[in-house]
Amino acid sequence: MPRKSYRQAINEALRQEMERDPSVILMGEDVSGGTGAPGEQDAWGGPFGVTKGLYTKFGPDRVLDTHIAEVSYIGAAVGAAATGLRPVADLMYVDFIGTCLDQLMNQAAKFRYMFGGKATTPLVVRTSYGVGGNGAAQHSQALYPILTHIPGLKVVLPSSPYEAKGLMIQAIRDNDPVIFFENRALYDTMGEVPDEPYSIPFGQANVLKEGDDVTIVAFGRMVSFALTAAESVQKLGISCTVVDPRTTSPLDVETILETVAETGRLVVVDEATPRCSMATDIVSLVSTNGFATLKAAPKIVSAPHSPVPFSTALEPLYLPSVEKIEAAILAVLDKAPINNAA
Amino acid sequence: MSGITPITMPKWGLTMEEGTVVKWAVKAGDLISQEQELVDIETTKLANVYESPVDGTLRRIVAAEGEVVPVGALIAVVAGNDVADEEIDAFIAESNRDVVRVAAGPVPETIALPGGQVTYLKVGPEDGEPVVFVHGFGADHKGWVLNQSAISESHPTFALDLPGHGASYKRAEDLSASALAEALLSFLNKLDLKNVHLVGHSLGAAVAALAAASSGSNVKTLTLIAPAGLGSKINGPFFDGFIVETRAKKLRPIIEMLVSDPGIISADMVEDVLKFKRLDGAQEALTAVRAANFPGSEQTVSIGPAIEALKIPILVILGAEDKVIPPFQTKELLSANVVEVPGAGHIPHLEKASDVNQRIQAHFGS
Repeated sequence: MPRKSYRQAINEALRQEMERDPSVILMGEDVSGGTGAPGEQDAWGGPFGVTKGLYTKFGPDRVLDTHIAEVSYIGAAVGAAATGLRPVADLMYVDFIGTCLDQLMNQAAKFRYMFGGKATTPLVVRTSYGVGGNGAAQHSQALYPILTHIPGLKVVLPSSPYEAKGLMIQAIRDNDPVIFFENRALYDTMGEVPDEPYSIPFGQANVLKEGDDVTIVAFGRMVSFALTAAESVQKLGISCTVVDPRTTSPLDVETILETVAETGRLVVVDEATPRCSMATDIVSLVSTNGFATLKAAPKIVSAPHSPVPFSTALEPLYLPSVEKIEAAILAVLDKAPINNAA
Repeated sequence: MSGITPITMPKWGLTMEEGTVVKWAVKAGDLISQEQELVDIETTKLANVYESPVDGTLRRIVAAEGEVVPVGALIAVVAGNDVADEEIDAFIAESNRDVVRVAAGPVPETIALPGGQVTYLKVGPEDGEPVVFVHGFGADHKGWVLNQSAISESHPTFALDLPGHGASYKRAEDLSASALAEALLSFLNKLDLKNVHLVGHSLGAAVAALAAASSGSNVKTLTLIAPAGLGSKINGPFFDGFIVETRAKKLRPIIEMLVSDPGIISADMVEDVLKFKRLDGAQEALTAVRAANFPGSEQTVSIGPAIEALKIPILVILGAEDKVIPPFQTKELLSANVVEVPGAGHIPHLEKASDVNQRIQAHFGS
């Protein structure tokens, strides 16, 4: 199977859906790149290069550069979705959600419900998130818990290139507003991605590894960290199950409860801050619905309740790391932490 | 080494790990100056032109157009004209010592047939009688992974994805074994394969038999592994489950019905089936293939008459513990050359690969 990067996988999903369905349009800040500037159009494809080539292929009627006012163009995207188009709008950094939250929270999320099923809002909002590159407090947040909290929105966190293409195609075909969270640190990661279009259903967790001792639930970029930690503790004779929920809304609670019941121990790895987070939500769901299956209290590996530091020394300490996950696995098994002699 | 400047793959940005050499703007022997455009390089993030860091004569281009090179690895050599070629060779050898250039294995190719694009994997020498592998329901060319490599040591081999399967076209009016046999014949014709040995599994065996029957003298031998089309019964619930299940946990016990020892079914194998089923059109294709060939628990595909009429050597290999197509009904219908492999289920070419490979090889010589 051909190998593609996470950003190429998303680009391919957008291109194939735009080929298939003329009502799919893209809009956002610099999604075409360089509009109005002399010289080559589409030099950029957005600041992360994800929409590269799409303006050249589909033209200005389907790929729209918008002004720097999220409330306005996200609102326009909601309206476009409600009146027959299938827009994929780009919220460049999820940190900017504050400026357009009403459009999503009170409008897009509520139309189907408030209009008694007579309105659909087939909108996708692509957004980027995550710690890295010294983005600091206003450009590193992982705000998916806030969107997950709102009924009527669907929230997707693809963890690999294969997941990204399949989940984006599903998001575009879904008739409800979908917020698609792309971790910036994943854009250059590579993986096997089929050339043909395919879709991955929402609300179905992916169990990447099966083990007997500990169940690790992780999201987005944290999935590969969890896999690395699981492989590393294998040398200590500990076998882990690794679960990637793929979507936080709808959440595959059934798979989480089943896999925790098999091991009796839970570690949740979440890049977001802990108050009212997915990690606390999952620990609550497991504790209230699967208490009898637990052999130990669940452990959470997350960021601290703090803004993301700018300091190069502090930023990596903020993020959950493979070492912290290994330590949590040992702790939930009541084993002493490993102290390296060096 | 005096006066030799290495030109290496640049690092553009913090995350770049490798780049593809797209097009050289200069050639060996050219005099180049600093900042002159040397080569177009593409990464997953951008495409740009790399400018020369030095003045000098470009003595050798090391990375060819299309090559993917890690950041920091040598792509060209600049040196004065006074430096001998042998010194340049030595420099390049020294530089490559720590770089492991892995030769890429064969990759699947595509070919246009009347119904659409068909994917296939070709492995082996150019000359010799070709062996064509035809997979069964819901599978693809990768099902022959333990067989194609062995057989390709002595024959050119071709494993295709049948229409409705793998990466081949999914939409077709007719996905019955006869229609698939026609597609197989177009495949053989398009690639101009002569004196072909056909090896088919399950539904693919039925397809191979029907193709052989209408191919005149172009098929030399036929090997049918756990063939469909010889008898009326088939395990309906297996196909029901295969088509319906979308979760690994539920699909696994279905896949395990294919083998005698469930331990050989890896999580990757189950995941591969799921990934196929997610492709646009795959679910519809599987449903249509099933309906056209074995609706419910009955086989409507029939290759008895075709087998009777064939004058070429035919070998039938059955797994003694086949839970999908009961071996007894096949044995009842055929007199000649039936081998039952103990300890194997419906995919003996996977479970007892070396045994089956040896039998297939021996059969080619018949």
